[in-house]
Amino acid sequence: MATLSDPPRESFQLSMLLNDTRYRSYTFQFIALFILIAAMAYLGWNLVQNLAAAGLNISYQFLGEPAGYDINQRLIEYTSQSTHWRASVVGVLNTLLVAIVGCFFATVIGVIVGVLRLSNNWIVRQLMSVYVEIFRNVPVLIWILIVMAVFVSVLPQPRDFRGDDPAASMFLDLFAFTGRGFYLPGPQFSAGFAANGVGWLIIIGLLIASFFSARALSNWATKTQEATGDRPVTWYYTLAIWFVPLILACIVMGLNWDIPALKGFNFQGGIFARNSLIALTLALAIYTAAFIAENVRAGILAISKGQTEAAASLGLRPGRTMSLVILPQALRVIIPPLISQYLNLTKNSSLAIAVGYMDLTGTLGGITLNQTGRAIESVLLLMLFYLTISLSISFIMNIYNNSVKLKER
Amino acid sequence: MAMDQSNVAFVRTEMLPEQAPPASEQGIIKWVRVNLFDGWLNSILTLLALYFIYKILAGFLPWATGGVWNTSSLAECREVLQDTAGGCFSVLTERWNQLLFGFKYPVDQYWRLILAVPLLAVALMPIMFVNHMVQAGRVVAGAMVIIAVLSLIGGAMGLAAIFIITAVAVGYLSMRAQSDAAGARSMMLIFTMLYPFLAFWLIWGGTIFNSIVALAGFGVGYIAFSRMQERGFTIGALSAVVAAIVTWFIGGFISDALAGVLALEPVPSRDLGGYVLNFILGVVCVSLSLPIGIALALGRQSDMPIIKFICVIFIEFVRGVPLITLLFVANVVLAYFLPPGTNFDLILRVIIMITLFSSAYIAEVIRGGLAALPRGQYEAGDSLGLDYAQSMRLVILPQALKISIPGIVNVAVGLFKDTTLVSVISMFDLVGMIRGPIGSSTEWNGVYWELWIFAVFVFFVVCYGISQYSQWLERQLATGHR
Repeated sequence: MATLSDPPRESFQLSMLLNDTRYRSYTFQFIALFILIAAMAYLGWNLVQNLAAAGLNISYQFLGEPAGYDINQRLIEYTSQSTHWRASVVGVLNTLLVAIVGCFFATVIGVIVGVLRLSNNWIVRQLMSVYVEIFRNVPVLIWILIVMAVFVSVLPQPRDFRGDDPAASMFLDLFAFTGRGFYLPGPQFSAGFAANGVGWLIIIGLLIASFFSARALSNWATKTQEATGDRPVTWYYTLAIWFVPLILACIVMGLNWDIPALKGFNFQGGIFARNSLIALTLALAIYTAAFIAENVRAGILAISKGQTEAAASLGLRPGRTMSLVILPQALRVIIPPLISQYLNLTKNSSLAIAVGYMDLTGTLGGITLNQTGRAIESVLLLMLFYLTISLSISFIMNIYNNSVKLKER
Repeated sequence: MAMDQSNVAFVRTEMLPEQAPPASEQGIIKWVRVNLFDGWLNSILTLLALYFIYKILAGFLPWATGGVWNTSSLAECREVLQDTAGGCFSVLTERWNQLLFGFKYPVDQYWRLILAVPLLAVALMPIMFVNHMVQAGRVVAGAMVIIAVLSLIGGAMGLAAIFIITAVAVGYLSMRAQSDAAGARSMMLIFTMLYPFLAFWLIWGGTIFNSIVALAGFGVGYIAFSRMQERGFTIGALSAVVAAIVTWFIGGFISDALAGVLALEPVPSRDLGGYVLNFILGVVCVSLSLPIGIALALGRQSDMPIIKFICVIFIEFVRGVPLITLLFVANVVLAYFLPPGTNFDLILRVIIMITLFSSAYIAEVIRGGLAALPRGQYEAGDSLGLDYAQSMRLVILPQALKISIPGIVNVAVGLFKDTTLVSVISMFDLVGMIRGPIGSSTEWNGVYWELWIFAVFVFFVVCYGISQYSQWLERQLATGHR
């Protein structure tokens, strides 16, 4: 039996697609999807036509062909006979080199400047504000070019090191700082089994093992402290864990140093870091450091004075207050913007092309693109690489953010 | 322990007068002691800082004051300097026009650029200084008079006359703003709306009917929107778009027919360059990316999964790649995706790419502002019976945008700095001019400091100015929620 209060069932009308909020969102989404697909199809159709007209096709064959150009700064073996793929890998490693070294120095400078901006020394405070404002408000490209120009014009050339009374001399007879680049002593392993980079893999493996052992030791110390109230003194064990295996390995593998020496008009031997690499890294580091300094300052200021006072009233000493109360809270504020600054630095490292440093943008997006004419493929791979780095770092950051999030109950 | 009062031999009955604090506890000495020499670490830092400042000034001052301003090549300049420490600033005076306007813009047409930039200040006045029109008007009018005097000295009578007229107009409006702020502001806002079309005509030249037709399209679109609005926001917007496109289509024939009427010498955008190019790219891309950014932010917040998905993918993709790869796309890839035979110029492609780039960043900033609003604001909009468009326009966005101002300004400053990247794809902005036509010319090959410090200076002035403005605006808008 139907009750009288039941409303009459409305039949579906076409106008409800636009006027009824239940259906309207479907209409909009359908239209959006349709426009998107139509646009994609239009662009794709143009692409097919253009490629056909130019007699091209989308193919990654060119990556297997010999590159035919030299790369003057590389971490792995590469000759002009190597493939374009190998050239791209060299580029990727060069990008990562600049990014990692740059992030390290940017963090060091940024933290120091950020803390000094809060110093009670007036003149230091003002000096640091000037540094931060000047570097933040001028394009990073200009800084890279300035540092490069300063490098080339201020530092001595290798020929200045020649003769009986040279205009320049090596630092400690080990390092040569020239306008062409830095010549540094290079470690080498003389033992046969450590050749071809195996020695480096062993060193890296040892460092990782030491890291985990040191962490286990510190966990054991914490457990003992929680059980007995006394923290065992462990610093010399930690030192031993870090250094004894490393020194032993170096002795076994026969570590020696290849010191650069002047031969003819140039230095031979050792590690050569080109001026473009140094200038790019330095410029990116000091530019990003200005932003990091602001993040650090904001993070420290975000912790209210009450926290310091609370810690003091609990009887904590200033050092412990810093490490147990202030820093854990400040880091929660500092780390997310810090990571995004690292990301910015990595993306800005693509400006290497302006000083001729061969990072991925210089190899794959520069010479390879120009030589092969494979613009679409090259740019696509280039974007994919940066996208992968960005997305994986933001993924890690999300995990971190969730782990330090304030647990509200 | 009780004191026995009767044993006290002498008690002072009157107060001693106050004594001045010790010399080390007052005035400049105390300030120096507390702020500069408080402990050994601070003393060392202070001395280091003073030494550093001394070194900088000792290098900079002789260079800056002993410079040469009127030679025509580096060799000549070095001859005049005779190994003294001065700088060769004559590169700035000799190449001044190139630094500002690039090396291809026709020399006799520079006045158009000189006119477009100060007029931008007038156009921005009613937006940037809503409640301070009087003071802002005085400053702008004063600046105009100074420019007019300078052009008179330079012999540009026509330019001087235009600036005098502008100064008088701005001065009059700022006087009117004293009594009738709203009226004066709405008159200036009309100029603000006309400015983009005027600037296009001035910079690129051609007949003024191009601009008029473009303007008419927007006007017709607006009329269509306000007529159809009562039937819903969507229908209104759609009919506005249709009306505008029809107007532009018809207007295209008109402006083609009237190509010679009120025409300035057309300048292809390839010929733009120098600092003006940075300025044009910055202003155009920021203003275009604001509405796109708002739309993307709303799309990302939307309940509709497909729209949300599209926005998220777009934003994350653009934020994940460096701007330079997008410029490569504009330079070498975009042409493949356009209909065969089309060839629109590089500047337009670059503007599209930079706009897309910054709109993703602006979208994230505005999303932050939207997320910061309490849920009650959305519910308040719903409970008033406003539809989505109304509640966004009247309730949500005004508040969210206000929260996002510092972030938007940061993006704008970053974008303005990033416009220098176009020099990498061989466009001659300020950096491109310094690296290319000026730095490697036979006359000036080998000049670094003078040019680069000039570049640092001009970028610093603008970027620092914008960020100071943003802080000032933040204080103005603070409505005291604490």
